[in-house]
Amino acid sequence: MNRIDFIKKALATTGAVSINALSTKPEARPALPIAQIGFNHLPLENNTTMNTVLHKAATRGHANHGWLDTNHTFSFAHYYDPTRTHFGQLRVLNDDFVDGGMGFGTHPHDNMEIISIPLLGDLEHKDSMGNAAVIQQNDVQIMSAGTGIYHSEYNKNKDSKVNFLQIWVFPKERNITPRYDQITFKPEDRVNKLQQIVSPSKTDDGVWINQDAWFHLGNLTKDFTTEYSIKQKGNGVYAFIINGDVTINNQKLNKRDGVGIWNTERISIHANSEAEILLMDVPMN
Amino acid sequence: MKNILVIGRHPQILETVVRLINSQPDMKAIGALSDDEAKKVFGEQTFDLVLIGGGVEEKSEAGLKVFFEKINPRIKIIKHYGGGSGLLFNEITEAIYATKK
Repeated sequence: MNRIDFIKKALATTGAVSINALSTKPEARPALPIAQIGFNHLPLENNTTMNTVLHKAATRGHANHGWLDTNHTFSFAHYYDPTRTHFGQLRVLNDDFVDGGMGFGTHPHDNMEIISIPLLGDLEHKDSMGNAAVIQQNDVQIMSAGTGIYHSEYNKNKDSKVNFLQIWVFPKERNITPRYDQITFKPEDRVNKLQQIVSPSKTDDGVWINQDAWFHLGNLTKDFTTEYSIKQKGNGVYAFIINGDVTINNQKLNKRDGVGIWNTERISIHANSEAEILLMDVPMN
Repeated sequence: MKNILVIGRHPQILETVVRLINSQPDMKAIGALSDDEAKKVFGEQTFDLVLIGGGVEEKSEAGLKVFFEKINPRIKIIKHYGGGSGLLFNEITEAIYATKK
């Protein structure tokens, strides 16, 4: 018995593969999708099933400039990965550690919603609209760059690092008048709860954003389980694990991992340890 | 060398973006504050990319696109976000190296 006949016989008895698959002339078959993740993490046009994209912490772009140690979930500055340029309208998620007294000098932005969430230390902000403020843990700051602004961000303290998340979301409406806002949130209001910190409604909880986006923070105790319902049809949610171990829709995640999920109405969240999470609910198109 | 035309209504931001691009050895930028200025420069020189930035109204943007594509149907035109700390060169790289459909 030659090799082909041997394999045909072996497979025929298992029923695992059609014998035709071993024919020297391939049988024409419709192409099967090899993945459900669309280009740039956007849903494929005819895809109605749930999709996810996983970004483990160690796969993020990393740059150490001495005074700035930063991790980029999406392409930013000299980190460029064409498969990781955004998640829907979420364009930037940077995890920045800035040395004492150092920071980002005055630089311009336009048409971008910029959210800063300090995790440790004090961050000093000044901008061309005349705003000067220090934000710290439990504060959330937002700036709509609109037609254009300049701003600077420095570590207020000389002797300790500041760690903050810098998040950029594409605006819903371009060329609006630049604006700035910040709110201090009570940490006790997010223990085993999802605390809304960003919203598109001026009368709702959280800082206002010029986009159909909602952000929530949660401090979860071990074994706490909850669900999050996506706020708007066509939105997806990007979950970023600030600390701890969490399972989201059966995907185990650890500190600084991120997962994006779309084409679903809700996600399940289970804390495998004490954990802090950030959920960013953003339009996918 | 990649030649880039930058259009924006905010003089300081336009100046910063042009300066940032010109700091790259393989890129050369020219800035234009008005549509007329942009059209004039585009007619006189060959560009690989046009960046349209803050303050340019949607009507202007649409008109400029039509004008540029009439002269050069393969011109790549993208929005920029002020050049602040990181996105500018990502957007340029993506636009220049992506194939225009």
